Amino acid sequence: MVHGELWTVKELFVLPNEYIYWSIQIVMYPFMTGLVAGAFVLSSLYHVFGIKQLKNMARFSLVFSFALLPVAMMPLMLHLQQPQRGIEVLMTPHFTSAIAAFGIVFSTYGLIVASELWFVYRKHFVKTALSLRRKADKNPLDQVKHLFFSALTLGAYDVSGAALHQDEKAVKILAGIGIPVACFLHGYAGFIFGSVKANALWMTPLMPVIFIMSAVVSGIALCMLTYIVVMEIKKFNVRRAQSSSSNLPTSEAIKGIELNEIRITARYLLFFLLFAISLELLDLIFRGYTAVKTWDILRSVIYGKDFTDIFILQYGVGNLLPLILFLWPRLTIRRALVGVIFVLFGVFMMRWNVVIGGQSFSLTFAGYMHYHLPIIPRNWETFKEGLAGALMVAATPFILFWLFCKILPVFSQDSEELH
Amino acid sequence: MKGHVWRPLYAVICLVVLVLAARYFMVPKDFGIYERGYMYGFHRKSAEDYWKAFKVKYQFNTDYCRDCHAEKYSIMQTPHAIIHCENCHGPVLDHPTDPEKLSVDKKRELCLRCHLPLSYPTSGRANIRGVDPITHNPGIECSACHNPHMPSLEAMK
Amino acid sequence: MISRRSFLKNAIKGVAGLSIPLSIIGIAGPRKLFALNNVTAGVRWAFLINTYKCVGCGLCVKACKTENEIPYDANVTRTWIERYVHLKDGRVFADTPKGGRDGFTTSKIDLGEGRYQDIDEKDIDKAFFVPKLCNQCENPPCVQVCPVGATFQASDGVVLIDRSWCIGCGYCIMACPYGVRFFHPVLQVAEKCNFCYHRINKGLKPACVDACPFGARMIGNIKDPEDPVTKVIMAERVNVLKSEYGTKPQAYYIGMDEEVR
Repeated sequence: MVHGELWTVKELFVLPNEYIYWSIQIVMYPFMTGLVAGAFVLSSLYHVFGIKQLKNMARFSLVFSFALLPVAMMPLMLHLQQPQRGIEVLMTPHFTSAIAAFGIVFSTYGLIVASELWFVYRKHFVKTALSLRRKADKNPLDQVKHLFFSALTLGAYDVSGAALHQDEKAVKILAGIGIPVACFLHGYAGFIFGSVKANALWMTPLMPVIFIMSAVVSGIALCMLTYIVVMEIKKFNVRRAQSSSSNLPTSEAIKGIELNEIRITARYLLFFLLFAISLELLDLIFRGYTAVKTWDILRSVIYGKDFTDIFILQYGVGNLLPLILFLWPRLTIRRALVGVIFVLFGVFMMRWNVVIGGQSFSLTFAGYMHYHLPIIPRNWETFKEGLAGALMVAATPFILFWLFCKILPVFSQDSEELH
Repeated sequence: MKGHVWRPLYAVICLVVLVLAARYFMVPKDFGIYERGYMYGFHRKSAEDYWKAFKVKYQFNTDYCRDCHAEKYSIMQTPHAIIHCENCHGPVLDHPTDPEKLSVDKKRELCLRCHLPLSYPTSGRANIRGVDPITHNPGIECSACHNPHMPSLEAMK
Repeated sequence: MISRRSFLKNAIKGVAGLSIPLSIIGIAGPRKLFALNNVTAGVRWAFLINTYKCVGCGLCVKACKTENEIPYDANVTRTWIERYVHLKDGRVFADTPKGGRDGFTTSKIDLGEGRYQDIDEKDIDKAFFVPKLCNQCENPPCVQVCPVGATFQASDGVVLIDRSWCIGCGYCIMACPYGVRFFHPVLQVAEKCNFCYHRINKGLKPACVDACPFGARMIGNIKDPEDPVTKVIMAERVNVLKSEYGTKPQAYYIGMDEEVR
């Protein structure tokens, strides 16, 4: 079977070799890198611009963006027909290609986030390593842990005030470098699409900017979502433990912090959301107004075939509804929760409409292709480029985050522990 | 700045060295920039040889079959002279050793490729005589009546 | 502080530097390539298609699939034939059932999804067949976007694929405005027409050129002024597909129509 034939249905005049070659995993790719970039930008708002109210959110979103990082590469590996050769991008990069620098940009960004995390949590590593070293009767697990944390310290055990101050400075610098790199990482994903001159829907210089804006939106939304979920779990635990100990913060106290944090973050979310919508509408209006040769087929796709996906699901449910939910006075946690879920859905639909929508018409401008997402994984191909593969990609960052939480004190309220 | 601040940088340098070392071993020696420059000519030179050495299946040489099948060359006096033997008899490959015998496509569909009448103005198709396959002796191979090597109606079997 | 003198000096240098790549871009027209012949003798393959001569028999597609080991029943092909039917009422129908591999043995137009359009002969204004294949562009966008250098242009202008280096990302397939690329159904790497590179390097013609009984397809060396194909391209009115993309395609068409894209 030809790659792409399984999920492509052709209508009218379509060239024989045309299929929807870039399927669900390529929808996931900009969606996941968008979350990475967005989460990082959110954390940098605190580290670089010193927005104090975002302190809790910042620590958390930094770790989260690190957990998302390997996942940004996963959809690409699942999409490649020859994944075992993926390393060639680093071996013989052909820089005239928009994706050749991916390996380099991606690893640069990964290293920046990793170093930033190292500086933020260095004190924790040192403390843990030293306490494990002092421990008299180490069982095998402790020995492994000791080795692990000793490695994490990279041999730097100086946790004096001066050294920690240096760390703080380094975090600030790294976060500063990180913002443009994060934006580049994702604007770059936009460039990959925007520079394909053969594709009438993709080719626009606005694409990278639109991608960055919606990336920040989705990143903030995901951080808010996860933050709410984690805080709810915490509240639940506190309520259960309240009877046994009294020096824990009450569930009301947690709720107060949570609501405050959410309301401030929501403001940033709104700002970026409005910006993203304006750019997308500008793009749409501009295409209709200039109405070049390809507009006939684009119009029939945008206002006809994909109307529900674009105007109802993306703009309606994904943009308009959350705007109303967030702009309505006296934001509550529950309303924010519903809002961010809609926002995430909207950004996903935007990626979908770009990637799948861009391939839903033929190069002949006289035919259409319809995409049918493989739901049941009958073989490897329908697994990795179907619903199951997409869900696997979506679930992985949460598993990684849970693992990181085992190593790092992400939600520690102890201000001594962290900067 | 204190020394410990540079620790992550050392780790990064180690990584870069690792990648460079991997490049040394993994990249084929003939990989480079050739005639068409970095944009269009960045490749492994031996990939060209792969395609040059690709196996030829069709000879499409008018005289190739003559040594053994001279009697069939009466086709050269007919309108079918323009059709190469291999279009109906399949690729020569290493015939007569492998395969020893070539098959022949006798299906009606083969003849209909040209002889289904489509009176398309501005296309050569309009000038070819054709039959309606639904009414014209359906189910019978064309070669039962027409000799493809001598297709004129006067020479009908 | 930069002095005016050094600024001017650098500006001139910069402009001169920029103009070198610009002059390289400028050499891709057939006339220019022809003129270049005097300096660099060699080969630059180009294709010439006469759409008046094509009858849509599909023998070229059949031969191509066998010659280039593309699984015969897979719904992808290196070359294909399109049919265009213009009706008197202004409607235009086009199709390419199985890429024209089995020819066009019905007057019905394939609309996809199992639907067909009946055409009354009397309603036809003009109708014709157009063979398509890789244009071996002078500025191939598919090569530009390959992230690993697994596709490239040989010195004779033919764009080739390195089957053992392709990672299968599909970016080249997306970048081609002509839809000539696809994934090989067995090898799972990018695949496309290469003018039968093995044949043209042995003095043979591409399988499709030889298989065509009507001479609708021709190949030639555009750097050789005596080549019959070069003569036609230079002396007659020919056109190329989708020139607006700046790809400088090297498959020239006689009898091109606006609807052909």
